[in-house]
Amino acid sequence: MSVVSLTSGNAPHPATPVRSPACRTPASRACAEAVCGTAAGPSVATHRCRVLSHYAVNARYRYLRLQADAPIALSTHPGQFYQLKCPVTASDAPFLLRPMSVYGAGPAPDTIEFLYNVTGVGTRALATLAEGASLDIVGPLGNTFTLDTAWKRVMFVARGVGLATMAPLVQRAAAAGLQLTVVMSARSEADLMHDEFLRSPQARALADVHCVFDSDGSSAVEVLAPRVQALLAATPHDAVYTCGSHRLLMLLQRALDAYPDIVGEVAMEQRMACGMGVCLSCVRLFDSDGDKQFLRVCREGPVFPIRNVVGEVDFG
Amino acid sequence: MADLSVRIGALTLRNPVMPASGCFAVEYAEALDLNRLGALVIKSVSPNARAGNPTPRVAETASGMLNSIGIPSKGLDAYRRDVLPAYTRFDTPVVVSVSADTAESFAEACETLSLPEVAAIEANISCPNLEADGMAFAMRPESTYKAVSAIRRRTSHPLWVKLTPNAGQIALIARAAEDAGADAIVMGNTVLGMAIDVHTRKPKLGNVMGGLSGPAIKPLALRLVHQCHRAVRIPIVGCGGIETAHDAAEFMLAGASAVQVGTASFRDPAVMGHIVDGLTAYCDTHGIDKISTLTGAVAIDAQLTDRWLRFAQQSG
Repeated sequence: MSVVSLTSGNAPHPATPVRSPACRTPASRACAEAVCGTAAGPSVATHRCRVLSHYAVNARYRYLRLQADAPIALSTHPGQFYQLKCPVTASDAPFLLRPMSVYGAGPAPDTIEFLYNVTGVGTRALATLAEGASLDIVGPLGNTFTLDTAWKRVMFVARGVGLATMAPLVQRAAAAGLQLTVVMSARSEADLMHDEFLRSPQARALADVHCVFDSDGSSAVEVLAPRVQALLAATPHDAVYTCGSHRLLMLLQRALDAYPDIVGEVAMEQRMACGMGVCLSCVRLFDSDGDKQFLRVCREGPVFPIRNVVGEVDFG
Repeated sequence: MADLSVRIGALTLRNPVMPASGCFAVEYAEALDLNRLGALVIKSVSPNARAGNPTPRVAETASGMLNSIGIPSKGLDAYRRDVLPAYTRFDTPVVVSVSADTAESFAEACETLSLPEVAAIEANISCPNLEADGMAFAMRPESTYKAVSAIRRRTSHPLWVKLTPNAGQIALIARAAEDAGADAIVMGNTVLGMAIDVHTRKPKLGNVMGGLSGPAIKPLALRLVHQCHRAVRIPIVGCGGIETAHDAAEFMLAGASAVQVGTASFRDPAVMGHIVDGLTAYCDTHGIDKISTLTGAVAIDAQLTDRWLRFAQQSG
C-alpha cells in the first residue's frame, strides 16, 4: 500500500515542550477562553471535507485521508481528535458524531488523516464513503501529548488502533532526532501495522522495535512486563506513551513506579456525545496527589498522566 | 430585517434562541459567539454535592440519544464562586437552572441564587434521572404547586418552571405552576427511556434508564407546548428536538415565545448561531416584521375541526 508521508510539512513545530496549543492547556483555560472564544473568534468549527483517499489497510483497519475547507493541519496537534459526522446508510443511522484521534496532519495544510477500526454503527457507515464524497468533521478537540525536543529517548507502547493516536507524536519525536523504543502489540502478525505506525524512513531509522502477539503468547502481561522493565533498565528514557489497551496502561503504571523522573502519558478513550466538555458523559476517575476526581476525557484529556489513572472505577 | 426580540415576562431577549440547560457550557464560546444568543441557560445546580451517574452515560437511539448524566454538582457555594462568573461576563442574560430533592431546599437554593447578575431562575422540577423511576415534582399538579409556591415565597426573581413530558394532564400541571406564581413555563425536558444491547443483554446506560432527547421527541414536545399554550397565560419556552430555524418557528407557532436548543449542539456546536440566522431568513421570506407575532399563530381551522367531528359522530 502507499502511505502518505506524515511529516508535519508546512506545520510549524511548536517550541518545546509541545504541550502548547492555544486553547487546550488546563492551567491557562480561563485565559485561553477569552482569547479563543470571544476576541479571536471560534477555534472549534465544523469543517466540510472531501475524501481524497479511503481504503482497507488490512482485514481490521481502514485509512481515510480528507481535504478540509481550512488549513486545519496547522492547528492540529499530536493526541488531538475530531468528531466525525458519519454518513447515514441503508443499514446504519449514526445519530451522534464519532470521536476519532488524528492519525496524521499534512503535508498540505488542509489535509488530515484517520486510521480506524470498523466496530459499530458509525464506523460501518463511515467505511462506505467513496473517494470524492463529503464528510463534516468538528475540531480540533482535546489536549496534546507532552514532548520536549531536548529529550534523548522516548518509549511508545501501542496496541490496536491506539497506534493511530500516537503516530503523529512518533513523527514529531523522530523529526527532533529522539531515539525511539517501540513496543507494538497485536492479535497476530497480520494485524500489526508496523509501517503505518513508524511511517517515515527517519522514524524507522531511529526506532528499536519490539513486536508482541496474542497468537504466540508474547503479548501477555506477565510475559511483556519483565520485557518492558528490561528495556527501561537498559537505556535511560525521558518519557513513555501508551494508547489502546487498559492492561498495557496498568502494566506501565506499575513499571513507572521505579522511575519517578520519567514522564508517562496515555491517550484515553471513552464514549462521548459533545466532544467539547459540555455533556459530561465521558468522565473517568483520576487520582491527582491523593485527590480522586472525575475528569472529562474530551476536555481535560484525552491525554492524561499514566500515574493518575485509577484502574478500577469506584462510584461509592 | 425582522425584529427578533421577544419578551419572557419582565425579561426582553434579543432573540428567542437559547441553550437548554444540561446541553450548554461556556466551552461553546470556542465554537460560537455567545453574545448572539437570546439567553445563556447554565447546567442545573443542586444544593447537595453529587458525583453524577455511572458510565456509560449516553447511548444512541433512532434520531436521538439517551442520557443518564445525573446532574453532577459541587453545591451552591462552588457554583457561585467557580461557575457563574464565566457566564455573566457576556452581554447576554444568564438563566440559572436549579434542581433539588425537596420543596424547601428548592426554595432555599433559588433564594441563594437570586443574585443581581442572574436574569432569571429556571426551576428544574422535571428531571427524570434523579430518583424513584423518574418521579419528579412536575409529575403531578399538587407537587408542582407545592414546589413552585415554596420557591415563589423566597424569591422575586423571574421564575421559569421546567415541566416534564413524562407527566400526563400537562395542562393541569402548567396551570398549577402558573397559579403558584411562575413567570414562565419551560416545556419540556427529556422523555424517560431505555435501551438494551441484545448481544451482551446489558442496559446501554450505566443507570439503566435515562432521558431521550433529539428529533425523536420533537412532535411530542411540540404537542405539549401547544397544550400548555392553551392552558396558561404566562409565556412558554419550547424545548425538545429543535435543530433548525424551521423547528424553532414550529414551536413558536404552537405557542412558544422562545426556544431552547439542546442535543442539536452536540452534533454541531455552532448550531444555535445557524438557527438565529435561519429565523431572520424565515421572517424575511414570509414578510414577518416581528418574530413575536408567531407565538401561538398556528392556523387551526376551528370550523373544519367542528365539521369533521360532526361527520365522525354521524358515521358512528
